[in-house]
Order: sequence, then C-alpha cells, then structure tokens
Amino acid sequence: MAEAAKSRAEAAPALPTWPDEIYRVLKDVGIRQVAMVPDAGHSRLIRSFEADPETRVVTLTTEEEGVAMLAGAWLGGERGVLLLQSSGVGNCINMLSLPVICHMPLLMIVTMRGDWGEFNPWQIPMGQGTRPSLEAMGVIVNKVDEPDLVASTVQGAANLAFNTWKPVAVLIGQRVLGAKNFKELARK
Amino acid sequence: MSNPNALLHRRDVVNELLRDRADLLVIAGLGAPNWDVSAAGDHPNNFPLWGAMGGASMIGLGLALAQPKRKVLVITGDGEMLMNVGSLATIAVEAPKNLTIAVLDNERFGETGMQKTHTASGVDLAAIATASGIRTSRIIRTMAEVTELRDLAHEGRGTAFAQIKINPEALVFVMPPADGVILTTRFRQSLLGDEALFN
Repeated sequence: MAEAAKSRAEAAPALPTWPDEIYRVLKDVGIRQVAMVPDAGHSRLIRSFEADPETRVVTLTTEEEGVAMLAGAWLGGERGVLLLQSSGVGNCINMLSLPVICHMPLLMIVTMRGDWGEFNPWQIPMGQGTRPSLEAMGVIVNKVDEPDLVASTVQGAANLAFNTWKPVAVLIGQRVLGAKNFKELARK
Repeated sequence: MSNPNALLHRRDVVNELLRDRADLLVIAGLGAPNWDVSAAGDHPNNFPLWGAMGGASMIGLGLALAQPKRKVLVITGDGEMLMNVGSLATIAVEAPKNLTIAVLDNERFGETGMQKTHTASGVDLAAIATASGIRTSRIIRTMAEVTELRDLAHEGRGTAFAQIKINPEALVFVMPPADGVILTTRFRQSLLGDEALFN
C-alpha cells in the first residue's frame, strides 16, 4: 500500500514553486501595493498576497489604472507591483509615459499568451507585440522561459526598478505557465 | 442675489478648494486643471500632470493608500475623468477615507478646440460615481457647495466625488515645471523628507 501511494505521488506532477518564490522576492523588496487584473498564471501569487495583512491587493478594471496607481504609491513612499497578462500590456501604453518621464520605478510581472503553444489565434497579435510595445515605450524587458529562473529574474528586475527608478517588465513565457488548450477541454 | 443659474468660474473654484491648504496633497489632471492649480500657487505638494490622460484619480488612489494619514485631493477635468470612469469603480471598492475627487466640468475638451464632451449631452459623472459605490457624490453648482467640498476634502471622512459645473472659458495658461523628475522629486522630498532622495 505504502509503495503504491509513493508511486502515485511520484507520478503526479509537482505544483510549481515559482509563484511562492516570487511572493518571497516581492516581500523582501518591500512590496505593499499589488495592482492586478486577475490571470490564471498569477492566481497562486494573488492568493498569497490576499492572505498577507501587510499588502493591499487592488483589482483594476483595466491595467492602465495600475500604472497610474503605482505612480501614486511611489509618490507616497510605498512600493508596488502590477500583475497582468500580455493582453493587458496593450491597455497600458500611453500611461507608461508617466513612470518613464518621471523616472519612477514600476515593476510589471506579465504572464504571456500568444507565445508558445498558444491555441487561440486572437491572442497572437498582442502576445507577439508585448515585448516590442513595452520596449518602444522605454520599459526594460526581461523574458523568462525556465521555471527555475523565474524568481531570480523577478529579483533582478525588482532591484533594477527600485534602485534605478525605471519601469521594468518580467515576461513569464507560456513554456513556464503551460499552454491551455480549450479545444481539448471542449471535447471532454 | 446673483443669478442662481450662472456657471462657476474654474479658478474661483480651485482657489476655494485650495484655501488654507495646509498639508493637503494635490494631483492635478492634464490640461486646464493643471493650469488652474498652478494659478492658485505653485507648491511642492502639487503633482500636476502634463500627460497620462485618464490617470489622475488612480494616482490619487495609490497616494491615498500609501499615506492614510494625509488628505489627497484630485482636481481634474470632465474629459480626463470620462477616459477612465472604470477607476471610479476601483476607487469605490478600496474606499480610502482620505481621497476626494473634484471634476471641473466645463462640458468641453478645452485643450483641443472646445469640442463637447459626453457631459454636455447629459452624462452624469456624479451618478456614475454613486452607482459605483462612492456614496458622497454630487453635482455642484454654487460656491457655497464648493466650500462644503473643500471642508470634506480637508476633513477626510470618506471617499468623496464632485462634478462641478463651470463656465467653459479659456484662460491664460499658468504652468508649473514640466520636468517630471523635478515634480516627482520635490513632491517626494516635501512629503517624505530628504530620505526620499535615497530610496
């Protein structure tokens, strides 16, 4: 019996640990405001912050609100993070002029769609446009495709943002998140 | 008795809102509200926007959450507020006690040739704010009501929203510094002290 249970446990895929690692990194850099439009890839991280009495989790109606909100947080002496999906980057473009021109730190953690193994063609334009759009606005972009490198990439991006007052985005690729396939789900 | 139907003058309104401003923190929206706030006197506790249209009220929210003991007043225009009415829903949910949003409503896009905004056709921003859950929301047409709003903003007893009907007059520009680094740094230094320069 014990052998069988052990064998099943080994066969089951391990829960990814990188959301917990990001949470620890963000706590260590002193994040107090979390602005987000929910995304499945961020759900575990969001739950961690919601359970944390030291952080304020603010649900936005559109991602550009978060860019402005975190500018206000910085003016008031608090650090924040914006959690969003690649499609939400498209909603932020003009508002990014605020942290760029004011030399304010902005840390964005972006879960990618339209990237690797995407099934939905409508996700392709913004997914493929995410990095060039951000870079066109003057945001520094770090992409990560290895689960083991997510936490260190976020750590480096956070240090860069808050030590040099720059907007920095970490793109978490679909290789890390696992590509959804609604066609398979529809057949079940 | 003055004509009760006369529209208010935008700089009278802003001068009254900022009267004896003490340590009030002020976000001024893109366009004429920026020039109005600057005409009332340049101040390190002003953060006047030269861009970022649609962002003024959310900057106010982030600031109010970061500084719960200070009072935050956002002064912006109807065009700017209409661009991001969703932020009223977000602000209503967070409900900071220390945030007041004053919309100077001339029913025009004043910077681009005075084209009519949606409020000219009856769109009621105060009703949108109320429906979003900001209970202290009103349309203001008299200076006595402006004074009440000023007191609300200084007391900070709950999130407040006002749509102030003003004359669509074009006034001389009074500009604050345009450099975002100067505006950001002097605001943070004034609010947080010299420590802000090291963080």
